[in-house]
Amino acid sequence: MLTISNVNKTFNEGTVNEKIALRNINLHLAPGDFVTVIGSNGAGKSTLMNAISGGYIPDTGTIKIAEQMVTKWNEHNRASLIGRVFQDPMAGTAPNMTIEENLAIAYSRGKKRRLGLGVTSKKRALFQERLRMLDQGLENRLKTKVGFLSGGQRQALSLLMATFTNPKILLLDEHTAALDPKRAALIVDLTLKVVNENKLTTLMVTHNMEQALNMGNRLLMLHDGSIILDIPQEKKSQMTTNDLLRAFEEARGGEKLTEDRYILA
Amino acid sequence: MNFAIVSAIEQGLLFAIMVLGVYLTFRILDFPDLTVDGSFALGGAIAATLIIDGMNPFLATLIAMAGGAIAGTFTGLLTTKGKINGLLAGILVMISLYSINLRIMGKKSNLPLLREETLYSKTQALSIPDITFGGITWLTGEAIIFLVMVLLIKFLIDWFLHTDLGLDIRATGDNSRMIRSFGANTDTTTIIGLALSNALVAVSGAFIAQYQGFADVGMGIGMIVVGLASVIIGEVLFGAKSIMRVTLAVVLGSVVYRLVIAFALQAGLEATDMKLITAFLVILALVLPNIMKRALKMGKTVKGG
Repeated sequence: MLTISNVNKTFNEGTVNEKIALRNINLHLAPGDFVTVIGSNGAGKSTLMNAISGGYIPDTGTIKIAEQMVTKWNEHNRASLIGRVFQDPMAGTAPNMTIEENLAIAYSRGKKRRLGLGVTSKKRALFQERLRMLDQGLENRLKTKVGFLSGGQRQALSLLMATFTNPKILLLDEHTAALDPKRAALIVDLTLKVVNENKLTTLMVTHNMEQALNMGNRLLMLHDGSIILDIPQEKKSQMTTNDLLRAFEEARGGEKLTEDRYILA
Repeated sequence: MNFAIVSAIEQGLLFAIMVLGVYLTFRILDFPDLTVDGSFALGGAIAATLIIDGMNPFLATLIAMAGGAIAGTFTGLLTTKGKINGLLAGILVMISLYSINLRIMGKKSNLPLLREETLYSKTQALSIPDITFGGITWLTGEAIIFLVMVLLIKFLIDWFLHTDLGLDIRATGDNSRMIRSFGANTDTTTIIGLALSNALVAVSGAFIAQYQGFADVGMGIGMIVVGLASVIIGEVLFGAKSIMRVTLAVVLGSVVYRLVIAFALQAGLEATDMKLITAFLVILALVLPNIMKRALKMGKTVKGG
């Protein structure tokens, strides 16, 4: 479903601020794979996400999504294949537009936008049906502006919008990191439900080791622009967070994982 | 006095088309577009020149509208493809239009339309009766036609902003990163929004030229501030809950603005003071709601003990 071959990305090349963000990344995701990604700050997680979504064009290498070579596609062209939820709950929705208008935008992903009405009664019924799944009572607030919703509600809506048209790839960019534990748990549950129901091929960046181990069928660890660990389901399901830390040290030849933001428990 | 009010309403309605254009960029796209000063005069210049050449005034106004759309497209291209800051892109097109408008007008800074057949003279020829009540004329027959036309444009904008394309344009101003992740090309939506806005502004300029009986190369100076003043006054006085509400509010804001100017003139201020009055109005409309909110809050805390 997703094939990344020999991708390199360097920022500010040839200056004192040169930063190699991705080093020769090779990655293949089969349809239905749910891969969690961890790594310290500056490891290249965000750059990897952006390289897939089209935010950055890689210096070398190719990216293939659903058998289509998308390496040179713009972000808005790739959007027909990729759903994305950002860390910031404010980032995935338009605050001054109503819930139904936001969903109408999600509904028309990958379609040509013309002069048909964005929200029709037929679409409205579909929106209500899908909103009911979130269990937030949003199905009765279609005409509420999204800016009035709580952070958790907005993130739940973002997740629904990102997955509304079953994208080929779902990118989750630390999408629970900005929420309190209770709401984060709610979004985790919703994520599992949506991904499993639609068998979405998913790449999820997280700072929560527990999440990384418990969710998905494969775990990647990035460090300094390279994939240093690639743990399959069988191994992952038996690991604890301590095992994961030890595996990191081994992979780095004794260097300890120093990262304040990591949630170990 | 009564005459001043009646003509303020007429003008307010014609300028309202420009205000709707400013609303599209300022509020919907979140883009302060200074092209307006140039495209307003462009509309007047194109319409006046073509009418003097003997063209049907309706067709001349349509071509003026197309001219405004092209001006807006240029600003859009400069800011999206050329990566020029939006304010600067607008200023560059505005200043270019000053020279272009003089070219269009045959290097004359003023084109009189007094003996020409214009949309205004055609409207007068319809001789629709004034609405009078209690011995005072409230709306002239011409103003009724203007009102119908402005409302028609308002409803068209309302409809457009609720289409799939309209939603994309609104989301571009609201959260451009989000709408890109759903497959909209924000360069395109920005350009469409700017073209549409400046088309409306140019139509308004074409109408005003025909209404006042001349086009002047300086007729657009300060127009963006007038537009902003009308948008803000309208929103403050008449509310901004939904698109349909705001578009009505900014039309009314345009009329209120003209009435305030008429009263200021009546009170003895000079026509040359009007730019200052306009700036003062904008400041007042922006600052007053904040002061009132604070006062309200303080009142509550005192009561709450």
